[in-house]
Amino acid sequence: MWKYIARRTVEMIPILIVISILTFLFIHFIPGDPARLVAGKDATLEDVENVRHELGLDKPILKQYVDYMKNLVTGELGTSLTTGLPVIDMFKTRFMPSLHLTFLSMFWATLMGLVIGVVSAINKNKWPDYFGMVTAVSGISIPGFWLGLLLIQLFSVQLGLFPTGGLDGFSSYILPSLTLGAGIMSMIARFTRSSMLETLQADFIRTGRAKGLKEHSVIVTHALRNSLISVVTVAGLQFGFLLGGSVVVETVFSFPGMGRLLIDSIAFRDYPVIQSALLLFAFEFILVNLIVDVLYTVLNPKIQLNS
Amino acid sequence: MTSPTTMQNSQVQNTQKKYSPLKEFWKSFKKQKAALVASIFIVLLIVVAFIGPYIAPYDPFEPNYDALLEGPSASHLAGTDEYGRDIFSRLIVGAKISLMVSFSAVFLGLILGTILGLISGYFGGWIDKIIMRSCDVLFSFPDLLLAIAIVALLGPGINNVIIAVMIFSVPSFARLVRGATLNAKENVYVEAAQSMGASHVRVLWKHIFPETISELIIFVTMRIGTAILAASGLSFLGLGASPEMPEWGVMLSSGRDYLGTSSHVVIMPGIAIFLTVLAFNLIGDGLRDVLDPKIKNN
Repeated sequence: MWKYIARRTVEMIPILIVISILTFLFIHFIPGDPARLVAGKDATLEDVENVRHELGLDKPILKQYVDYMKNLVTGELGTSLTTGLPVIDMFKTRFMPSLHLTFLSMFWATLMGLVIGVVSAINKNKWPDYFGMVTAVSGISIPGFWLGLLLIQLFSVQLGLFPTGGLDGFSSYILPSLTLGAGIMSMIARFTRSSMLETLQADFIRTGRAKGLKEHSVIVTHALRNSLISVVTVAGLQFGFLLGGSVVVETVFSFPGMGRLLIDSIAFRDYPVIQSALLLFAFEFILVNLIVDVLYTVLNPKIQLNS
Repeated sequence: MTSPTTMQNSQVQNTQKKYSPLKEFWKSFKKQKAALVASIFIVLLIVVAFIGPYIAPYDPFEPNYDALLEGPSASHLAGTDEYGRDIFSRLIVGAKISLMVSFSAVFLGLILGTILGLISGYFGGWIDKIIMRSCDVLFSFPDLLLAIAIVALLGPGINNVIIAVMIFSVPSFARLVRGATLNAKENVYVEAAQSMGASHVRVLWKHIFPETISELIIFVTMRIGTAILAASGLSFLGLGASPEMPEWGVMLSSGRDYLGTSSHVVIMPGIAIFLTVLAFNLIGDGLRDVLDPKIKNN
């Protein structure tokens, strides 16, 4: 097992290096002179040169990359051009709320997705199935930013149950997490339904029923348990969807997380923050995929680790 | 006098003539009621997108300061926005922008991804490794984040949104086509074509590419829905179409300040995006049920 984890971790390294090169080159890919863009249209030549020096763009490119990597390893991500604060300090206050939001979304999306999927499967082609699948296909099709605004209008403005935005305690997480989780919930529901329908046809389910097991026990203990492995994997692999979606949802709810920080930084052309935020998102995504991959092999005895 | 053998041959020919894959497909597809309704909706939407400027009841750009934020009524079916512009007319004209952005992004991604996937799967070796590792790198960024990064780099604008959505579509198409190519190249007829001296391009185009078409059709349909969501999301974030354009995401974004007092400004463009994406997803589901051999056999 440890060998497998070590091998998968080593395999991550080249991808991480390429990603670090891409995020490093980000500022160099910008059409035109990045120093001029950051300094603004009215900046003098001296101001532009100062910005160039501040961003380290006056050094040879290889030296810039070596410095960038050295700083990365020591956790030095540069200084924000708009706030003047170290980028790492800005991340410290923004990362945890985003992480909590993502996990809460994933938690309820998995729970609701499983319930809808199971109910639909055991009532195949009956109204609970139609209702469940209409909900699921709608959840995939609904734009997150629109759902968020509708939820704010209903639950915050009209009913006054939750704050309209910002971060002030647990209640601030409810609406954003419902919005963010809707798409994943739908995918899990659809996948659980098809996986359960397949499992319910299996011989061991027929045997269970034949030996007089209660239907509840057949569904929950045998069929669902068997479907759970692949469902959990699908849920894990959709984590990237949440990371991308969080940018939009955090903007709708003025939620002070990493996604909102990224969008604000783009608006102000704060390149050091943009570069580091993209790198962090990519790293988080790769790490979660690795964890899911390992979990899948742990949960599923059919998978041979050495193969 | 006609010999029995000749009669049999003509019967076989008649049967062969009668068989049409398109007819078979239509026979199965029309049983998928939801997908059929969704297809009719999309066809109507495409027609509306083309003739939009001629049928829109009002000028979608003309402000009317006597009719600010009016709710839906007989004269303004979807109400008016903060400048008094008719929302229904803006939705009609905006259909062209939303469809154009998503169609062009997905089709450009399809062309590039298919070429890369075919080359990767057919030739294998180091070409395959380079293409697939490059895809892995692109897959390391969640779709929407990759699009945001590209637009952040190139600057806001509808053309850059098309490029961004295209780039995040390429690796998915490449991987799908590579898989199908790996399967298809094991077929005997491919080996036969190769042994008869057919060029690589001919083998890929005439013998392998047709094998990937059914999977591609399903995926393209699903992908158009995703592209509409991504493009309108980028516009909502201020990274897409310019604020005066009647693009659905922009309309939704500019209306959010009036959500408390005139919710129709947000609800109407949202419904347009939702129904269009829903329709593409339903068509995708229907096509999968008809074309996917695994599901068909079940």
